[in-house]
Formats: sequence, structure tokens, C-alpha cells
Amino acid sequence: MSAPLPPTAIGSGNEGTLKDQFDSYLSRLKNGEMGSLPAIAAILVLAGVFYALSPQFFLGPINFANMFVQAAELTMLSAALVFVILLAEIDLSAGVTAGVSMAVFIVLIKYQNWNWGLALVAAFIAGLAIGWVIGFIVAKIGVPSFVVTLAFFLGFQGMQLVLLGEGGVYRVEVPAIISIMNDNMPVWAGWAMLVVMALVMAGLSLWDRSRRSRFGLVSKPISLLLIKIVALLGIGGVAVNYMNQNRSQGPIPILGVPIVVPITIGVLFVGSFVLDRTKFGRHLYAVGGNPEAARRAGIKVGRIRIYAFMICAFMAVISGVFHSSRIGNVDGSAGHTIVLSGVAAAVVGGVSLFGGRGKLIHAAIGALVITMIDNGLGLLQMPAGINFLVEGGVLLLAATIDALARKRSGGSIARS
Amino acid sequence: MDTPVIELSGVIKSFGPVDVLKGVELKAFAGKVTALVGDNGAGKSTLIKGLSGVQPYDEGVVKFAGQEVTIHDPRQASALGIEVVYQDLALCENLDIVQNMFLGREEILTGTLNEADMELQATKALQSLSVRTVKSVRQKVSSLSGGQRQTVAIARSVLREAKLVILDEPTAALGVAQTEQVLNLVRRLADAGIAVIIISHNLSDVFKVCDDIAVLYLGRMVAHLKTAETTYSDVVGYITGTKTQEGSN
Repeated sequence: MSAPLPPTAIGSGNEGTLKDQFDSYLSRLKNGEMGSLPAIAAILVLAGVFYALSPQFFLGPINFANMFVQAAELTMLSAALVFVILLAEIDLSAGVTAGVSMAVFIVLIKYQNWNWGLALVAAFIAGLAIGWVIGFIVAKIGVPSFVVTLAFFLGFQGMQLVLLGEGGVYRVEVPAIISIMNDNMPVWAGWAMLVVMALVMAGLSLWDRSRRSRFGLVSKPISLLLIKIVALLGIGGVAVNYMNQNRSQGPIPILGVPIVVPITIGVLFVGSFVLDRTKFGRHLYAVGGNPEAARRAGIKVGRIRIYAFMICAFMAVISGVFHSSRIGNVDGSAGHTIVLSGVAAAVVGGVSLFGGRGKLIHAAIGALVITMIDNGLGLLQMPAGINFLVEGGVLLLAATIDALARKRSGGSIARS
Repeated sequence: MDTPVIELSGVIKSFGPVDVLKGVELKAFAGKVTALVGDNGAGKSTLIKGLSGVQPYDEGVVKFAGQEVTIHDPRQASALGIEVVYQDLALCENLDIVQNMFLGREEILTGTLNEADMELQATKALQSLSVRTVKSVRQKVSSLSGGQRQTVAIARSVLREAKLVILDEPTAALGVAQTEQVLNLVRRLADAGIAVIIISHNLSDVFKVCDDIAVLYLGRMVAHLKTAETTYSDVVGYITGTKTQEGSN
């Protein structure tokens, strides 16, 4: 029971006991603010169904680690798209932007004999430049992003062929790049990663609490933080422990958390930090929610849009690096199909295409759902057609649940 | 009488061949609520847009606290302490109350948002207006009623230490109880020493809350009245042009 508040007191949602916090979470759910809860439910259901259908494979140690590796590429691209989707914009060219940047990377190495590190920097600069051009055309000239990025999507497929030559396929002979998706961390490093995550989570939360108490404000009960950390250590501990089992079927042991996992978590953390805790992030949400209100508040709306497209392109290039690392080469067709799955993952995870609502973690959860469908149906040796049908169905279901939840709460479904 | 916070004289504004403001005077005093009334097309919005810097006047003298100033863009108006609460509110529904109140002027500490400071200031601003209808400053604006949104928009101007707050039809979309709340809020805003200008079509609101009434008729200020010394039908007369005040042009 919280103490009765005097009539003029205005709360902040931080008051009360653990139970009060839980109750207010439930009431937010009832109001249709479900976040990625449906997607998390989908992960549990999919895991149950696929485990029942192919117990020896799906949650086996080989496939478990493999699934995270497969999900990384889509997670990164989907998280990239979140930055523009939050503005109610879209970047259909994110995949081919990554493709072109990786073509720049490989051409510089093969034909100009560049050091691979410099070539990688050049690839990221190419991505940023593309993002700037798209953002400029959208924000300053006023062409709808759908059209601009559709044009880039078509044009850059050609650019990839021009850079790499018709049918050109180049092996990536850079061990550091290849090992991202194919090598694992030592056992101790997996545990260290988990401990660092828990410490960062606790540190940020305690920092917030100390700031709040300095201003005489109430914080949420500390038990809530403890529960979150225990949950992180519990779920993360099971996953790390599982990935640290030997999953080799040959004589050479394969074990450890794949290297791509900490990279992905790190990028998501930095991105989330920017969105939640910086002025830029706040302004990004504001422009996504109501551009006119943002403009009147003195926010340079055009500049925010351009930066969003640049961040999207930059993170798309990371996804491109993951892709090249996984398949071991750069070819002219890279990134053509992934972008729509990226949008689907974001929406399934709970990011609103109307702008202003969503987090990077939603994209990661959505990407895990899409990847599990891909992976699970693949293990069951279903034809590719079934795969697409199921993915489409899940996307439609996710969007419908979201719309119904908002409708029931009386909120607006589509805010223009 | 003390110096008005804002004093306009001889303000002229034309759009091409159409003269919208033909030499307008207006005064607003600290601690007073001044109503700006007039029929559609009288020039109310144009007069306000000039004050907020959205559409500068062609001619005329603008004095702010006795000093002659020029207002050419919204930033200048804001820097002087002029805040406009627009009819369509200009709030971001996806953000909470604190985030909206500090939008565009966030408090920063070591490179990151200082949420605690902003939350405290926002709470204090709402409390200074005796707002009772808001449960939590961390509620999303999408969950607020029209009256509560208006409250947030008005409280934002308090937070920005405005000297002059201009409200464009603050009660147009509200029900009876909410209108009452917002009018009380406007009164408290003035009691806090701020000069308030309200544009309204609703004369019963005007009589309830305003100290002075300025009537625009076809681009001219036809009457400057004390609410206490005038009547409902007189004001209607001035608005519709069937009555003119001596000494006014």
C-alpha cells in the first residue's frame, strides 16, 4: 500500500511498492502499450512448437548458437531501420546500401591493394554518404522517402554490378572479418560478457537513482532492479552456458559464444543509449510523433531526418559486414531481399510504422522471431514457399494484435 | 498605470492588395488577462502571428516592457519571453508530460538528458498553477484529455518564464468542466504576474476570466474596454460593427 498522497501532489509513476509498479505495468498493457510482449510470446510458442516437432535439432547446441548467428544480420538491419521508422519514414535501400558499401570494400582491397581496415572505414564512409544523400533528398527537397529509397534500391542493384562486374563474386580473405560470424569467444569471455552486461545495467540504474535522489525525487523500488538483474543473469546464464558446451561433431571442439553476439549487443546498447538518453534521441522521437510540434519547439527537423538516414545506412553497413562474414564473399546480389524482412522484424517486435514508438530491442526481438521461423521450418525441411507464407502470416498477426489492442483502449490506431 | 508588457501601435499588415491590419493598437499588462475578440476575418490571427514572429508586421511600433523591439522570427519572440499556446496545441503524443514541457530546451548533464532535474521543474511548474487533474508527470500525452493537454501546453510557458502568454482559442475544443479548469488556470497564470492575451469566440469565457477586452473589426481596433465596465451586448455590438467607441478610430 502506498501512502495516500496529498491532493495537489503530482506523481511520476515511480512511487509505490513493487506490487504498485506491477499493477501499473498491467494497466499499461491493458491500454494497448504492449511493446514487444506479443513477440516474446511468439518466441516461446515457436520454441515450443519447433522443439516438439524436431527435439533433437532445434534446441540442440549446434542450432542454438547457429540461430543467434543467423539472427545477427537481420537484427542489425532491422535496428538500423528503426531509426528511420521512428520518423515514420522508410529506407527500402538499406540492404543495397550495405551491398554497395561492401562492394566498395572488396574492390579497394582487390584492385587498389588497400589495407582491409582502411577499406572497411571507406565502406562505412560510403554508407554514411549514401545516407546523407537520401536524407537530404527526403528532408530538404521533400521527396517521400518511400520513392527516394525505392529509386536507390533499383539503382544500387545496378551499382553493385558495375562495381563488381557482371556475375562478379569475390572471396573475403580477411580473417578478422570472417571470424565475426564463424568463430567463438573463449568460455571465460562469454561469462565476462554477461557480467559486464549486468554491471552496466546496474550502474546506469544506480546512476539514475542517485541523480533522482539528489533532486529529492522518488525512485522505483530497488527490488525491481534486483529482479531485472537476476532475470538477465538467469536467462543470459542459461544461454551462455549452453553456447559454451562443445557442439562439434568432429574431433576439434567448437564451443563458446559466437563473436558476433557481443558486437551486436554492443551496437544495440550504444544505439539505445543515444535514443533514450541524449537530446538527439529525444528530438528523433519528437519529430516522429509530431513534426510540427517539434519544429515549433525549435528542433531542426530536417537535420534530425538527415542524421536518422545516415545512422540507418551506417548500421546497415554493419549488417552487410556480418553478411559477407557469414557467406565468406561479396557478390552483386547481396542485400536485395533482406530489407523487407528487416521492416517485418521491426513491426513484429512492436515498432510502429506511424512513427514515434519503438525501441531497438524491439527490432532485435522481432528479428529473433523471423529467424526462428526461417530456422525451424528449415530444420523441418519445409519448402521455402511455406516459410514465406508463415512469415507473412506472423507479420499480419502482429500488426493485427497491435491494432486491436490500441482500438480496445480507445487510442488512435493511425495517427497521421 | 505601469508600463504594459507589450504595446503595439500603428501596426499594418497586408497580403498583396488585401489590407488585413490597418493601424492597430494593443496593450497587455502584467497580471492582467486581455481578451482579443472579433469576428472571423477581423485580423486576430494575423495580429498574433506578428507577435509570435511567424509573420512579421509590415509597419508599426512594437514595444516590449517599454523598449521598442523588432520580432522577425519565433526565436526572437521566445527570447523576449513571448510564448504562444496554439489551438492545435503542438504537443507530441508519444512523449510524456515532462518530455513535452522541455522539448527543444532539454536540461543536459554530462552529455545526457538530466531527467531528474526536468521532472522536478515540470512538477513544480504544474504545482505553481495548482494543477490537480494530472496524476503523473510521466504520463504519455496520448493518455491525456483535451483539458489536460491544454494544461500541459500552458504550464510549458510558465516553465519557460514567459512574460507574455498568448492563448489561441484555448477552450474551443473542450467540454464544460474542462473549460472551467483551463479558465482557472489562465487566471492563475495572470495572478503569477504574467501578461495573458486570449483569443476567443466565446464571450461567456471572456467575461468570466478577462480584465480587458480589445475588439478588432475589419483590421481596426474599434474598442478597448474594461470587462467590469461593459456589457455582453455592447461587446457583440462592437464585434459586429453596429457600435463604435468614441475616441477610437
